[in-house]
Order: sequence, then structure tokens, then C-alpha cells
Amino acid sequence: MSLTLSRRSFLAGSAALAAIRSTRAQAQSKPVRIGLLTVKTGPLAAGGIQMEQGTIRFFKDRNYTLAGRKVDLVVADTGGNPAGTKTKTQELVERENVDMIFGPLAAFELLAITDYAAQAKMPILSLAAAEDMTQRRPNPYFIRASATSSQNMHPLAEYAAKELKFKRVITLADDFAFGHEQMAGFQRVFEDAGGRVVKKLWPPLSTPDYTPYLAQISGADAVVQGFAGSNPLKFMKQYRDQGLKLPVLGGGTACDDALLKSYGDEAVGMVSCSAYTGDLDTPSNKRLIDGMVRDYGNIPGLYSAGLYINGQVAEAALEKTGGKTDDREAFNLALRAVSLTDTPRGPFSFDHFGNVVGNFYIRRCERKGDRLVNTTIKTYTKVSQFWTYDEKWFLSQPVYSRDYPPLKG
Amino acid sequence: MKRLALGAALAILAAVPLWIDGTYYVNIASQILFYSIFALGINVLVGYAGLVTLGHAGLFGVAAYTAARILGGGHGHLAAVLGALALTLLAAALFAGLALRGTGIGFVMITLAIGQIVWGVAYRWISITNGDNGISVSARPSPFGLSLASPAHFYWATYAVFLVAIASMAIFVASPFGASVRGTRDQARRMNALGYQVWLIRFLAFLFSGFWSGVAGLLYLYYNQFVSPQAVALTASAEALLMVISGGTATLLGPVVGAALVVTMKNVASAYIERWNFVLGAIFVAIVVFMPEGLVPGAVRWWRRATAGGR
Amino acid sequence: MSLWLVLAVNSVTLGGLLFLLSAGFSLIFGLMKIPNLTHGSFFMLGAYLAATLIGWGLDFWTAAVVAGLLVAAFGGAIERLILRRLAGAELAQVLVTLGLSFMVADVCLKVWTGDPIRIDTPRALAGVASFGGLAFPAYRLAISVIAVGFAVALWALLDRTRLGAMIRAGVDDPAMARVAGIRVSRLFTIVFCLGAWLAGFAGVIGGPILSVYPGLDQEMLPLALVVVILGGSGSLLGSLLGSFVVGFLYNFGQALFPELAYVVLFLPMLIVLVVRPQGLFGRPAV
Repeated sequence: MSLTLSRRSFLAGSAALAAIRSTRAQAQSKPVRIGLLTVKTGPLAAGGIQMEQGTIRFFKDRNYTLAGRKVDLVVADTGGNPAGTKTKTQELVERENVDMIFGPLAAFELLAITDYAAQAKMPILSLAAAEDMTQRRPNPYFIRASATSSQNMHPLAEYAAKELKFKRVITLADDFAFGHEQMAGFQRVFEDAGGRVVKKLWPPLSTPDYTPYLAQISGADAVVQGFAGSNPLKFMKQYRDQGLKLPVLGGGTACDDALLKSYGDEAVGMVSCSAYTGDLDTPSNKRLIDGMVRDYGNIPGLYSAGLYINGQVAEAALEKTGGKTDDREAFNLALRAVSLTDTPRGPFSFDHFGNVVGNFYIRRCERKGDRLVNTTIKTYTKVSQFWTYDEKWFLSQPVYSRDYPPLKG
Repeated sequence: MKRLALGAALAILAAVPLWIDGTYYVNIASQILFYSIFALGINVLVGYAGLVTLGHAGLFGVAAYTAARILGGGHGHLAAVLGALALTLLAAALFAGLALRGTGIGFVMITLAIGQIVWGVAYRWISITNGDNGISVSARPSPFGLSLASPAHFYWATYAVFLVAIASMAIFVASPFGASVRGTRDQARRMNALGYQVWLIRFLAFLFSGFWSGVAGLLYLYYNQFVSPQAVALTASAEALLMVISGGTATLLGPVVGAALVVTMKNVASAYIERWNFVLGAIFVAIVVFMPEGLVPGAVRWWRRATAGGR
Repeated sequence: MSLWLVLAVNSVTLGGLLFLLSAGFSLIFGLMKIPNLTHGSFFMLGAYLAATLIGWGLDFWTAAVVAGLLVAAFGGAIERLILRRLAGAELAQVLVTLGLSFMVADVCLKVWTGDPIRIDTPRALAGVASFGGLAFPAYRLAISVIAVGFAVALWALLDRTRLGAMIRAGVDDPAMARVAGIRVSRLFTIVFCLGAWLAGFAGVIGGPILSVYPGLDQEMLPLALVVVILGGSGSLLGSLLGSFVVGFLYNFGQALFPELAYVVLFLPMLIVLVVRPQGLFGRPAV
């Protein structure tokens, strides 16, 4: 059962809290305004709705009060297209006068607004995984607590080569930037560890039948899939239907916790690497999961946890600035200086590009009774977007793309 | 009387940045104007030539991408605009040559196929279009030294272009060429018998239509300072077609009203109505039920009925 | 060698699913000349409804038929209340069917949320049929059989029954048909309901392969259009053959020309239409 939200401001909670007047509150009696750019209609709606749920979950947990200030949340539906995102961002910045923006969901939405937002000095806390946002074309007001497209694929590749001892893999991902960047990251680390990516297949984003691609899977030890949205479901079903038995490795979206309720037996055995895992035992994660199950009847995944975490980051930054947001630069610096331990994804901090440095979890999908769960089997700590590579060297290479790194032979 | 009303409307529109509160709404107004130009272009074919097109976002996108590439290559805005429009006309000629091979549903499907192919190319030919990451444009032009960076200035520039577009539409409709286009819609065979070159007339109408779609694409690019394959997707073509039909085909103002409807619903109403997609669909259905000829002709009809009878 | 065999067999099975998807559209467009752009929504709605029915305990095939009936009822309501007044007004038909598709998509999003929903393959067909060391999903083979069955049944209905004759009379000359005592309006409603039933049923049949999720309607509609137009609109046989042609194009095109994956259907469609505007198997326009 999902909560419906209309676009009213959400003012802080209890009367008791409202009665308390700290000196901080007196100085900052204006509520802090947070804009959420999400997708609530169209094919991306699944992730977008989860983003909203995670955000609401966090603010409810805090009674819509951060650092002594009330919180006004403004939710904007971008419709999943860049032009719409630009318009909604303008609405948030110019009409709603928000102090910071959570979201947007997709990389192409973010790329459409980054110049505008940077000019407006608007802090953006997003999940959008586009690599160069924190590498070769950084936006100084952008921070990302989730991961770059490849950040979770690097440890997955390491695990695949060193521990699972795979030598040859075939990769399949949606044919767009997110898919390209994921697989490029996997390829680099996997091949540096002695493995070889034999084939890279790129089904278009909207592919009803994966058979032409599945039929080309041969001559490898394992398959790496990086599909997003509802495609992983379709893909794995068709994979099993074709009788394919090779082990499957997955990216963060490939076996997201929130997708588990939709999956069937075809997901069992999938080993994936994600920034978020439901079985992480931190108090905030427990609170998040309990709250999500109670309010929405589903466990959280990347999207809802990611926004919950964004809320925590905003809160930490506000506490650092004493609740002040009028000095954008100072607030932005405070955001980037945030370092937390008790979060649904575990401890993390940000590098000087504003990208997260934190834990990544290798999980295996298993059946427990009538439910599927992702069980963490290994944790990589303090993983940065550059993995173990030297940052300067990494940035001197071309950005991860469809053809880079090139296939060997 | 009609002239006075029209003049007043145009004056009000011209003064929008002065009386509308907030840059956000000025920006919405700019969007309404350049989508109107897009819809007006499509209406040349759909309304006046009777040829339904589902691929015009392709021409819109050709203009936007060409300009983005030229700007990215370090050239100036004039080169970008001229180059984009030239390439758009070329593309329109090519598309028309292909599409006019079919009539009726064949024409629609060919335009659909062309539009999808343009979209596929935009997605896939990453070296040219940068794929779904899109191309950013760093600055808006400054024609005659007036920077279009501010919403008000951009609005006025768009408004000026809009005026030219509407004027050209009015001239087109009133001209012999416009009459012959309508002739090919209503009585193609008779036109042929009378010695008119039906194919050539349709071809030229397509070029005229494509030109304005390209202009709209340029304004879109400068407005968003970004273009990506979504701008040429099937939904973009379908939405533009819906603007034309809902507003009223074969009328001058219909596409403008339709554009205002869709843009307002998508951008403004969506802030207040969570299920705005449903409401938009319901509005379309209501239009068909109550005013199947479109909002503008329907409103005129209701107005006449209201002022005529002594009810 | 094995790759080609797998692709060839899958072309046929995919063609079967495509025929089921597009038969309804072909029927409505061919007979009633209505471009029913709500068709994709019918497909998606049928799948969603069946997912719920199956969750309530119905078995797969019953759920497919019942979901189809529910969609047919919805379609019938649309035809009677809205489309009937729009005979011949093509643009209005486009506007209203697209508007309805927005509404249906949004209602589905509200009711079933944005998460994808799986539909399990019926247990009897859940296995793999092995021929010569190659595995073919049994369910997909079954779809082809079902598709051919429906093609035959529809052809028999239209060509060999009185009802079919009345429908064809009503299409060719409604005025004369009425004079002859045929209830043309009622027939049209029946045809539209049948088309909607086929779409909803196809959505359920496709469910074990595609699952059901927001956006399914917009993915399937262009496919249906390609099949119907490529095959030649107005002809069920054309749609059947068109489905297999599209199936082959899709499989071999994606595998052999991955660079052209995005245009693997529309480029051939464009070429065919430019050369033969009536489609591969259609009659030339008079």
C-alpha cells in the first residue's frame, strides 16, 4: 500500500517539538526546504516511487525536523525525461526556493540540469550513476552517496576473478550509458586480474525477447548482467527458460533487494555487488527496513535506502552548519565533509569529487522458505570510485564507455 | 472585432515577462511558444495537407543535434542556426521523398519508421550524438548584443520567432499555395486532373512544415541547453500530434492552444495533481466527446451558440 | 550451426506471440478502420489482471480467458460510448485512443504500483524441449501452436460462418447491410470486443516471457503496428505472415547486426513500405 502524496509542503511533526524553542530554532525559524526530483510516471516509475518512499521514511523518522529546523519537502515528478527534469529543477530553484535537491533518478536527467544547478549553486544529492559527474566534468555542488556505475563492478570483478576463479565471462547490459559504464568497470578489473571478457552484448533498453543474445552465450565460465529497472526480471526468466546454466554475476540493479519480491527461482544463486544490502546489521538499517515494510509492504532496495541515506547526509551537514543554509558555499562544504557510520549502507565519507567512499557488499541470492533473500558473503571496505587505481592515472584514461576498454583480440 | 481581440491577445503575450510573477512561469510561457511553433509546423501537414505524421520529432531533433554539434565544434551561433536549418531542410526533403511514397496509413507508418530510425541513430551513434548522455550547450546566443541568458530575454526572442511563425502560417493559409495544399487534402484526384502537381505540392508543404519543426528544435536546444535522444522519441512525436489534434487541426490557433494545454499539464499541473497523466488523458477523451473538432473550433462553436440563442 | 537453429526456432515462436499481440489490432483496424492506439494498454491490462487473478488462485489458462473477457468488456464500453460516434474521424480516434491509453497506464500504475510483476509459466509447459542437443523452452513452442490455432479459428470465423459474412458485409457497405437487416452497430461492438479480448489474452500469454511492468504498453504497440503494416493491414493472413517475418527480422537482425539493433525492425519496415506501400501481403490501394 503506497502513500499518495500531493504536492503540499510537509511541515514538521509533533506539537511537543514545536513547543520547544531553542536559540537555534529562533534564529532559523524558516523551515529548510528540500526538493525531491523523482519519476512517478512512466517506465522509470518503480525506482522513482521507491525514492520518494525512502525520503518520506527518513523524514518521518526525524519528525520532519533536522538540526532543530522544520523540513518542507517538495516532490516534483520529472516524467523521466531530461526536458521535464530541467523544468522541474527550475521550479524547485526559482519558484520553491529550495535549499537543496534530492535526486534526480537517471543519469540523463542529471546531465540535463547539472550546468543550470551549478550556476544556481544548488547542492544536489543524487543516485544518478554517471561517471564523469564526479570525474572529468565534476559539478562542485554535486554529491553522491550511492555509487558510480562502475564502483560496485570493480569489487565484483575482483571477487569473480580471485575467489570464484572465473577466467572467461560474457557481459550483457542495457545498451545505454549506465550499462556501458558498469561493464567497462568490470572488464578493467577482471582483465587486470588475469581474466578475459570474451563478449560484450548490448540489448537495447526496451527488448522484449533476449533470445538472440542468450543464444550467443557460449565459451565462458560465467555471465555478468547489469540490467536495470524491470529488465533484470525479464532477462533472468528468459535465461532460465533457455536452459542456460552458467553462473550469473550481477550489478547493483541486477538483484536489488526491492526486486526480490518479484523474482522467482531464476534468481537463486546470482552473485551481485551493491552499495546496499538488507542484511547489514546497523540500527538505521533496521529502522529503515521496519519502517518500509510497515508503511509500504516491501523491503527497501537501492533507491529507497539511497534517499534515506541522503536524508542522513543532509542532516549531518545541517548539524555542522548549525542549521544554517543561507550560506550555500558553507553548506555545500559541510555536505562534502560528512562522514557517517550508522547508515543503512554502513560507514562512508566522500572523496574530493563528492563521490562516496564506502562499503560494497557481495551477496548471493538464496531462498529462505517462501522468500528470496540476498545474503552478504563478502564486504569490501573503503571502496572509492577509482578502486585501487591511482586517481590521476584513472582520470587520464578515457571515460568508461561502450567501446572502452576495448575487447582484447 | 476579431482583429482587436487578436491584437490584444498578442499584446498581452508580448508583455508576459512584465506581468507574470516569477521566472518559472516566464519559462513555461517560452516552452508553450516554441512547442506551439512545432505544433504549427506539424499542422501544415496534418491539418492542411491531411497527412498525419508520427515522425516530426525527427526533424526537430535533427535541428537540435546539428546545432549542438556545430556549437560543440567551436563555431558561433549563427553558423549553428544556419547549419541546423539547412540540414533540417535536407532531412525534410529526404523524409518527404520517402514518406510520400505512401498515402493514408502508409504515410503515417513511414513517418513513424523514419522517426524511430532517427531515434535509433541518436541513441546508438555515440560518436556523433553522445548517446543517451546527450549534448550540453554552454551558452545561449546574444543576437544583436542582447544576451538570451535571462528568461525574459529568451521569452521575447522566442515570442518574436513565434510571431514570424504565426504570420507565415497566416500567409500560407491565405495564399494560393495554401489553397492548393488544402485541395490535395480534399480532392487529390480532381487536383491531379486539373493539372496540379499533387506530389510536388505535398513535398513543398512537407518542407515548409519541416522548416518550422527545425526552428522549434533550435529553440528547444537553446532553452534547455541540452539535447538527448528523448527529444526524438516516439512519445515526442505523438505528444506534438496530440497538441495539434486536441487544439483543432486546420485552424491557426488550434495548435497553439493544444501546445499550451499539454505543456501546462505536464509542467504546471503536475505539481498540483499527482495523477496528472490520467487527467491529461481524460481531457483528451473529453475533448473528443464534447468538441471532436478540437478545442478552438469547439470553443468557437460554443461561443456562437451561447451568444446566438436567447437562452 | 546451433546458433542459427536456435534463432530460427525462436523466430517462429516469437512470431507466434507477435501474431497474438497484433491479431486484435489487425481485426479492429482491418475491419473497422479504427487505429486503436489503446491496443498496447489492453495487452498490458490483460497481463496485470491475470497476475491478480492468478494470485487469487485461478489457474493460468482460466485467468487468461477471464482477463481477456474483462478487457473485452472494457473495450466494448469504449466502443459503444465513445468510438461509435467517431466513425471515419480518424484524428479524433487517434486522440481518444491515445488519451485512453494514458488513463489506463496511470490506473495500472496506481493499482499495481511501479514494480514489475512476474507471471509464472504454467507448470505443464515449464520445461525445456530438447532436440539434437539444443534446448527450446516448451512454453514458447506452445505459443506458436496457440497462435496458429487462433489464426485458423479467426479465419474460419470470418470466412466460413454467417457471423463472419455479416461482419464483412457490414464493413464493405454498412448502409446496404443495414437494409439487408444486419445489425451493423452491434457487429462492430462484437468485433471490437473480440479484438480487445485477443489483446488482453495475448498479454497474459506473453506474461511468462515478458512479465508485466509500467511501459509494457508503449513497448508492445509499435511492434503490433510493425507487424500489421508490414504484413498488410486488413488481412489476418497478412498479419500471420507478417508476424513470422518480424520474428525472423528481430532474431537474425539482432544477432547478426548488433550495430543496427535499434533499427532492426523499422529499417526493413521503411524499405518495404517505400517499395510496396501496401505492405508485403496487402492489396494495393485502389
